[in-house]
Amino acid sequence: MLRSLKHIYRLGVKELWGLYRDWILLVLIAYSFTFSIYTSATAVPDSLHNATIAFVDEDNSPLSGRIISAFYPPMFLPPLMISLDQVDSGMDKDLYTFTVDIPLNFQRDVLYGKSPAIQVNVDATRMSQAFTGAGYIQQIAMAEVEEFVRRYRADDTSPVEVAFRNRFNPNLTQSWFGSIMEIINQVTMLSIILTGAALIREREHGTLEHLLVMPVTPTEIMLSKIWSMGLVVLLATGMSLVLVVHMALRVPTQGSPWLFLAGAALHLFATTSLGIFLATLARSMPQFGMLLILVLLPMQMLSGGSTPRESMPVPVQYIMNFAPTTHFVQIGQAILYRGAGMEVVWKYFVWLFCIGAVLFLISRSQFRKSVNQG
Amino acid sequence: MTDTASFDQSDESIVCVSDVSLHYGETLAVDDVSIEFPAGKITGMIGPDGVGKSSLLSLISGARVVQDGTVTVLGGDIADEKHRIAVLPKIAYMPQGLGKNLYPTLSVEENLQFFGRLFGHGADERRRRIDQLTQATGMKSFLDRPAGKLSGGMKQKLGLCCALIHDPALLILDEPTTGVDPLARAQFWDLIAKVRKGQPGMSVLVATAYMDEAERFDWLVAMDGGKILDTGTPKELLEKTGKDSLESAFIELMPEEKKKGYKPVEIDPLPDDADEDVAIEANDLTKRFGDFTAVDHVNFRITKGEIFGFLGSNGSGKTTTMKMLTGLLPATEGTASLFGHEVDAEDLETRSRLGYMSQAFSLYGEMTVEQNLVLHARLFSINPDEIPERVEKVSKRFGLDHEKDALPENLPLGVRQRLSLAVAVVHSPDILILDEPTSGVDPIARDDFWRLIIELSRKDQVTIFITTHFMNEAERCDRISLMHAGKSLAIGKPDELVKERGSKDLEEAFIGYMLDAGAGQEEENRTDDKVTSIKAKKDTKVKEREEDDATSGFSLRRFYSCAWRESLELMRDPIRLTLALAGSMILMMVMGYGITMDVEDLRYAVIDRDETTLSRDYAANIGGSRYFSEQPPLLDYDDMDLRMQSGDISMAVEIPPRFGRDLQRGAPVEIGLWLDGAMPQRAETMRGYVQGMHQLWLQDILRERLGEDATALASIEVRNRYNPDVKSLPAMVPAVIPVLLLMIPAILAALAVVREKELGSIINLYVTPLTRTEFIVGKQLPYIVLSMLSFILLVILAVFAFDVPIKGGFFALFLGALLYVIVATGMGLLASTVTKSQIAVIFLTMIATLLPAIQFSGLLNSVSSLTGAGRTIGEIYPTTHMLIITRGVFNKALYLRDLHTPLLALLAAVPIIVGLAIVLLRKQEK
Repeated sequence: MLRSLKHIYRLGVKELWGLYRDWILLVLIAYSFTFSIYTSATAVPDSLHNATIAFVDEDNSPLSGRIISAFYPPMFLPPLMISLDQVDSGMDKDLYTFTVDIPLNFQRDVLYGKSPAIQVNVDATRMSQAFTGAGYIQQIAMAEVEEFVRRYRADDTSPVEVAFRNRFNPNLTQSWFGSIMEIINQVTMLSIILTGAALIREREHGTLEHLLVMPVTPTEIMLSKIWSMGLVVLLATGMSLVLVVHMALRVPTQGSPWLFLAGAALHLFATTSLGIFLATLARSMPQFGMLLILVLLPMQMLSGGSTPRESMPVPVQYIMNFAPTTHFVQIGQAILYRGAGMEVVWKYFVWLFCIGAVLFLISRSQFRKSVNQG
Repeated sequence: MTDTASFDQSDESIVCVSDVSLHYGETLAVDDVSIEFPAGKITGMIGPDGVGKSSLLSLISGARVVQDGTVTVLGGDIADEKHRIAVLPKIAYMPQGLGKNLYPTLSVEENLQFFGRLFGHGADERRRRIDQLTQATGMKSFLDRPAGKLSGGMKQKLGLCCALIHDPALLILDEPTTGVDPLARAQFWDLIAKVRKGQPGMSVLVATAYMDEAERFDWLVAMDGGKILDTGTPKELLEKTGKDSLESAFIELMPEEKKKGYKPVEIDPLPDDADEDVAIEANDLTKRFGDFTAVDHVNFRITKGEIFGFLGSNGSGKTTTMKMLTGLLPATEGTASLFGHEVDAEDLETRSRLGYMSQAFSLYGEMTVEQNLVLHARLFSINPDEIPERVEKVSKRFGLDHEKDALPENLPLGVRQRLSLAVAVVHSPDILILDEPTSGVDPIARDDFWRLIIELSRKDQVTIFITTHFMNEAERCDRISLMHAGKSLAIGKPDELVKERGSKDLEEAFIGYMLDAGAGQEEENRTDDKVTSIKAKKDTKVKEREEDDATSGFSLRRFYSCAWRESLELMRDPIRLTLALAGSMILMMVMGYGITMDVEDLRYAVIDRDETTLSRDYAANIGGSRYFSEQPPLLDYDDMDLRMQSGDISMAVEIPPRFGRDLQRGAPVEIGLWLDGAMPQRAETMRGYVQGMHQLWLQDILRERLGEDATALASIEVRNRYNPDVKSLPAMVPAVIPVLLLMIPAILAALAVVREKELGSIINLYVTPLTRTEFIVGKQLPYIVLSMLSFILLVILAVFAFDVPIKGGFFALFLGALLYVIVATGMGLLASTVTKSQIAVIFLTMIATLLPAIQFSGLLNSVSSLTGAGRTIGEIYPTTHMLIITRGVFNKALYLRDLHTPLLALLAAVPIIVGLAIVLLRKQEK
């Protein structure tokens, strides 16, 4: 047992030396934990931003002018004035996501209480903007109409108000969300590539075979890769959390960062095992590349880090339960945003451990066979 | 041979090297060398490893950039690009390493066809040449066999055929027989002799480590330490040194300090009273791979302290036998035992008494010599206190004390082999298994190596199991076994075997046994002396065209040749092909179905502090929509905190006390709404929904219950264009296509160039008339075709499985996809040209595609709404433009005329990306 631990330690140190001497990989790791996270976190704006909008003003009244002037940056780009026949072609060409048509005699009809309708065309293929944008247009336009009318009519406030309070992220700052989710993506990608591709390289160069003739077991070889590469990624995660997330992006995080890192360590156990598993499946590096995409893309898109998990179709939710990222995203959100403790996240920890253990055991049983094939 | 003669008229030399030096970083490989090579002769370059033989040959062949000095080849400066392009078709270069420039998955015929096309031969011409060459070399019956499955000797013959296919005036062979068994070696040199008889004008430059081969050459160049020691015919060299063999003559020529301490290897006979402990035993050991029997009932018993030599041709099952002895491979039948214990992969005890040195150099290049030794000592659980002493002792014994801090990859091969052996014995094993440890090592280093082995055997009683192709090494073994085609032909003491066959030496005995067993017959018998003159009458017209072709800027034939070869390699890997096609369809199913922007079934809970019909009605109103699903009510704020923290609910509604009463009275009421801001966009969407529902509910209540008229001042009619139900699916399915058509083609193409760099076949780009454009675009073509196939499948899937019809013009979509996959595969190739290792290229490609495609290209958030660097990347990234095209055609019913802007953007990206990949690729090694 003690001997095993020593082997695992020694072989892991060897892995670290290998990484240390490969400066291209180091540069790429540094890049993905700094620049990648920073751009990704700052790219997506808070709420609606720079939406393109165009107006067809058939009324040309003070009220319509007032409505149009209420749309300004940063939510909307300065509105464009177009004629009715430009609506279709402009939307087709992606020039504007929204067009608003204020009909003839709009102001008059409002004042007469005829409740005229403004027509809003939304490019519904622009999913996220379409949803929130239409709501904002409605609010802004109605507020302008109300205020306009208030000068002519008696005040009449809505009897019931809704007071919105955003928990955990009062201003719904997007970078808070984006930065952590991007860290999760980078952790997953890096750990799979570092262990999986490195294992294939060792197999192609014959060093793995050499190890297997020595009194070293496949379990020891696998564990050494897991701890060493896991450690590198974990350190990079910690650094990124402090330097990029806290210092550069000024994201306040809630719960214990140590608990998050513990979760990250468990996640790394699962993803590095996944990397080894893929390496035992693939017979060559090109095949590994294909498998990598097959696994990484859905893990990145469907784990709840891009779109809400509960809105996905139930079968997809079910399948994604077996992806480690799903649970790590939950851990990240619960701990760092909502300040949750172990009593909340324990079940995700258990999931991660089980996924990792199953992958580890499968790879262990395939290990020798894959060495001889490669 | 008039064309080569023209070069000879001016001078008798074919290659002239003057003041040439070559550095690799700090190391000086070639040190101010000046020499002329005679034309029409076979010139041998002899000398230890790492003395600059290979470097000099690669400079002459044009594979490597000349740093200092001038190299004149075939009458012109090879550094001059124009001249180089002109003479490349007249030079053939066979690099070091078995089958290094061949394509292992391609058959013999396909490899030859590829090289024939590269040199611009027409189909008939190729057929004729291939038939003649394979006839002459005895390869004809193996035309269909993949090159990777040939034995080492056959690989080298094929390599020679590929080199000879274009009638070179200068043939450069870099250690062509290293690692090849004696029979195949003899056949190889006979072949060369025959070829030269047929083409007397051809000049041949050969580097070799086998001194017995060197005796056949016309002229020799002895090299050491990057310098030339001496030149002359073999006879002259022997006379000059007064020795009877070239091997000792060469040692005599070496500088004093290197010779110092050299003495011939002496071996004490194995004492007769050696104890009879059996160290290694094999009983009917058999290994089958499917139908193929690699090792067929092999038996031997090796006693303690014995040196047992294992000889045989390449692919005769030697390595497989060794793998079974070490437990790397399980035996199919029979047993192998070490010290009376049957070999068991899980038995760590026996393994710690074993030392193994595999054929490939398998130490860790990224660790220093000392680190390698210490690591292995530790893995063999040597007491930590003893390790420094042990490492010290071993490095002294193996002469490694000066290289302790060096990285193995910077050491010459001979030193690396010594290091490998040092590592294998650092734990004082009882058995040493050595797989061709001296292959490619120079004579002096080999003798040094053997002295160590003999010392281990005689002094430390270590049992040695060794394979070799050197007969003088085999003679030093106590007993040898001859293997052929998985069977053991003979076992015995070397001199007894020689006696038994009545041959003059072991080599002859070996070849005799092999021929008896049927080796080389199928090849040798069919070899036809008459056809070795490959050169045939060609009418001048054809020839002119071919030469024209060979030197022109872009040759369609070479381009086609490249594309054809790449697609063959792709077809030979059905797993990758299936993964690429099925993978993209699976991903589309999962992602098209899974990524939804519709916010549905959001979990919320209510604290109802009023508990009236009105308050309950309000709460139920929210739950009644498809957007929300109500969870058990909340008890208090603490409960709300906890459940929100755990992600159980993402919204909480608080209805204040007296809600119903106040509402009816018209008094101001405030409902509290808590949103989980962890996912800002989700919160934003929830807020929008709730607001809308709140307004509607209010209007209803006021109208129905309170009878108030609450007609709005104005209304907003929202029309969702292109996707009337604002469903995610119709919007997402077309959007997933560009992501898949980027990532999969990019990663497919990404490994194309870098893999050739790692495996060595990139040399064909350096030394043939192939241009960079032909190479890159030729490689790209099969991936473009594959990706377009994948595109068609994705469209079919979208239309029929997802029911997302193509509303606009298919032609525009097709054109866009074509341009887009050219860009995508180009990006992969670009990554491949700038990286050196396969890991790095996978990493780089993922970084360069995943993030921009998913986040910056408008898949989820439109590009115009992005900020910072992400926005800039998004605006120029090809996926952005392709997304406009797919969404335009699928959702917006657009046609070519509406989509020219994004199409032009993609069109503009093609020359930039592909051009960059071509420019950054090197045509010569630096």
